[in-house]
Amino acid sequence: MKKFLRRSVISATAITLTMGLSLGAVATSAQAESVLTVNMHSDLKIVDPIWTTAYMSRNYGYMVYDTLYGMNSKGEIKPQMVDKLDISADGLTYNFTLRSGMTFHDGAPVTGDDVVASIKRWGSKDAMGQLMMGFVKDMKGSTGDTFSLNLNKPTGLIIQALGKPSSNVPFIMPARIAATPGSEQITEYVGSGPFVFLKDEWKPGDKAEFAKFAEYKPRSEPGDGLAGGKVVHVDKVVWKVIRDAQTKMNALSKGEIDVIESPSHDLLPLMEKDPNIQLIDLNPFGNQYTFRPNALHPPFNNPKILEALLYAFNQEDFVMSTVGDPKYFKLCKAMFICGTPLATEAGFEDKLESNYKKARELVEEAGYDGTPVLIMHPTDLAILGNLVPVAKSAMEKIGLKVDMVAMDWQTLVGRRNKKELPAEGGWNAFITSWNSVDNASPLSTPMLNAACDKALFGWPCDDIIQGLRNEYANEADAGKQLAIVEKLQQQVAKKPTHIHLGQWYQPTAMGANISGAPVSPVVAFWGYKKAE
Amino acid sequence: MATYLIKRVFSVIPVMLVVAVIVFMMLRLTPGDPAAIIAGDAATSQDIAQIRDKLGLEEPLIAQFGIWIGNMLTGDFGDSFYYKRTVSSMIADRVGPTLALATFTIFLACIVAVPLGTIAAYKQGSWLDRTVMGMSVVGFSVPVFVIGYIMIYIFAVKLDWFPVQGYQPISDGIGGFIYRLIMPSMALSVIFIALIARMTRTSVLEVLNEDYIRTARAKGLAESKVMTRHALRNAAVPIVTVIGFAVAILIGGVVVTESVFVIPGLGTLTLDAIQGRDYPTVQALIMLFSVVYVLINLFIDVIYTILDPRIRY
Repeated sequence: MKKFLRRSVISATAITLTMGLSLGAVATSAQAESVLTVNMHSDLKIVDPIWTTAYMSRNYGYMVYDTLYGMNSKGEIKPQMVDKLDISADGLTYNFTLRSGMTFHDGAPVTGDDVVASIKRWGSKDAMGQLMMGFVKDMKGSTGDTFSLNLNKPTGLIIQALGKPSSNVPFIMPARIAATPGSEQITEYVGSGPFVFLKDEWKPGDKAEFAKFAEYKPRSEPGDGLAGGKVVHVDKVVWKVIRDAQTKMNALSKGEIDVIESPSHDLLPLMEKDPNIQLIDLNPFGNQYTFRPNALHPPFNNPKILEALLYAFNQEDFVMSTVGDPKYFKLCKAMFICGTPLATEAGFEDKLESNYKKARELVEEAGYDGTPVLIMHPTDLAILGNLVPVAKSAMEKIGLKVDMVAMDWQTLVGRRNKKELPAEGGWNAFITSWNSVDNASPLSTPMLNAACDKALFGWPCDDIIQGLRNEYANEADAGKQLAIVEKLQQQVAKKPTHIHLGQWYQPTAMGANISGAPVSPVVAFWGYKKAE
Repeated sequence: MATYLIKRVFSVIPVMLVVAVIVFMMLRLTPGDPAAIIAGDAATSQDIAQIRDKLGLEEPLIAQFGIWIGNMLTGDFGDSFYYKRTVSSMIADRVGPTLALATFTIFLACIVAVPLGTIAAYKQGSWLDRTVMGMSVVGFSVPVFVIGYIMIYIFAVKLDWFPVQGYQPISDGIGGFIYRLIMPSMALSVIFIALIARMTRTSVLEVLNEDYIRTARAKGLAESKVMTRHALRNAAVPIVTVIGFAVAILIGGVVVTESVFVIPGLGTLTLDAIQGRDYPTVQALIMLFSVVYVLINLFIDVIYTILDPRIRY
């Protein structure tokens, strides 16, 4: 029996330990090629960046496709695929010449016809694209490197739209692929960008791989955000799915991965102390928290009550509840992002400062009848979850009744499209976050669209806002555009489409051996260098 | 026996039908709209409606159910809403890691738990018995992710014996395949060691007082042979039941371990599919798990007859 006991106990432990120690050497990863392994904020699901507005598909787009124009780290739009642009004296004809020598991943040259087909598809899907196409009388491509746009009236919108940095981005595809209707997903993944998508290596839920496109010809200027030379220094980029925040951090610390795009803010203090990890804020504009009311139902169909919220809220309470560390947030009353040419506090000077007295007066003036506010509370996203209780508390302080309904984010995403009354499955409000570049102009800001039924969920309806947006689109002069923005903000302050609750910054975590990451409003992987 | 097996196999059909109805209806009743998720944050209601139409979600529920069942009978589980891949190919990609993890875990749990339970029973009331039972309670009580984090901290971060995360397919080398499975299997096996050890102890205790054990000892048989040939063999039926139950749980329920150790298996596929309301994928996975459950139960029934020839069906 003693032998039996001994054998049993020893066998239970020895097998695993000896296997582990002896196999450790076998499994060392000796990689001849330079591979940058990145944990993105989500899994890549849809590989058509025009068909969806999902940020992961947009990020994928920047890997595989190139753009006519790109936004640099200062927010300026610079030529990317475009070599030369001639605008006629009357401002109605834009003649573009592409850089020479650009090819798609299948070896075919990039032509004017490809560009025109790509703009058409993008223009059929994207809100800003649709707006731009409203100015376009016709487009002419060519089998060479030129294309042109003829407008029905002059506008300052064309370059801004073609250089739009975030979803949907006007990526350039081969004409045969861009011929796919915008309502259908493409099935061929050929671009002319700095990376080739390795479709056969794509394991949904596990990893997506991109190889350096050897034939890519970067611009001669130094890389700057999404503009300038997109020089790739690694052979391959692997987007590795890791769901667990703690595991991500441990894997980065041990050098098993190289970059975490969006590390949890809870773990940043630990990462700051780790000599193997560096934290770099790559997005100069950060992100913007946004409170979205539903204009269809009481009490938020009454602008006075929404104005009361502007007085009741203050940005610091919101950003402190989630981000916590002041070095990762900025209090900013400018709707179109602090640090951009359109930054102004017009209309909000006395607001967003928790003036509860004024807010209560407005609620009384509005004749609030006690209708509860149903606010959707996503409990599964750390970066959003704490915001709703802060909003609830502020609303209750000014006399509103609040019903905070907990749900997962995906339930919220489904429910926010429902126009029914809150009691019948609809809603009154929720809070989300945008990449700030999405909200950097009156035309790109999705929640500023106040076109009633055609607006984004929440369906605000305001002719003055719509008129000012159109006026902005027609205006080419930057000074006059700012004046329009000031008027627009003053109108929004009276009749809010949404409330901006502060800018916050998401540092990227990377190994101490990583350098060259581009400072950019959208995550990009050219420029990265990895010291072995 | 053959008749019994045939009857059992056919009894799977109504079970699966009930499962199909329940899973289909539960998914449709769950809040959330896959089209809205797919369309992204800046999509308009019109974009979302267009996607719903493309996905066939505007069809009446009964029609959707009929199409799904009809396709499934021909072996077509449909395409994922997201990846534009067949659900079958996605499951095929992910089944390997889960099977490997489950097999390793059960192997580890059995080689540790059965001897421990037997020893505890043999030394009933001793410090060894109390230690094993105490550890079982701990094993039951501590969540697997806590065990995982502790193991990662000790064995990967501090000692550098194992990688923090990751899975290597067997096709890329048997060494790396085993090496990367050791820590997740150890973490996951703790609860099953606790379960199987307790069951083994109880079952062995029951048979240790039987006449045939006394007879075996009286005829001078070595204690090790008494325990393995007589006690364990006769105590095996409930132990095998628990092991079978554990295998069934492992096939569909290793989400946390797969997440913590980054193993691209069926658990994380299920989690992603549920979160994304990817109906075709969730439906196929639940059907698969149900079939596995039923087949494992059938397999256990067959094993009973081998372990105890007195059992007849």
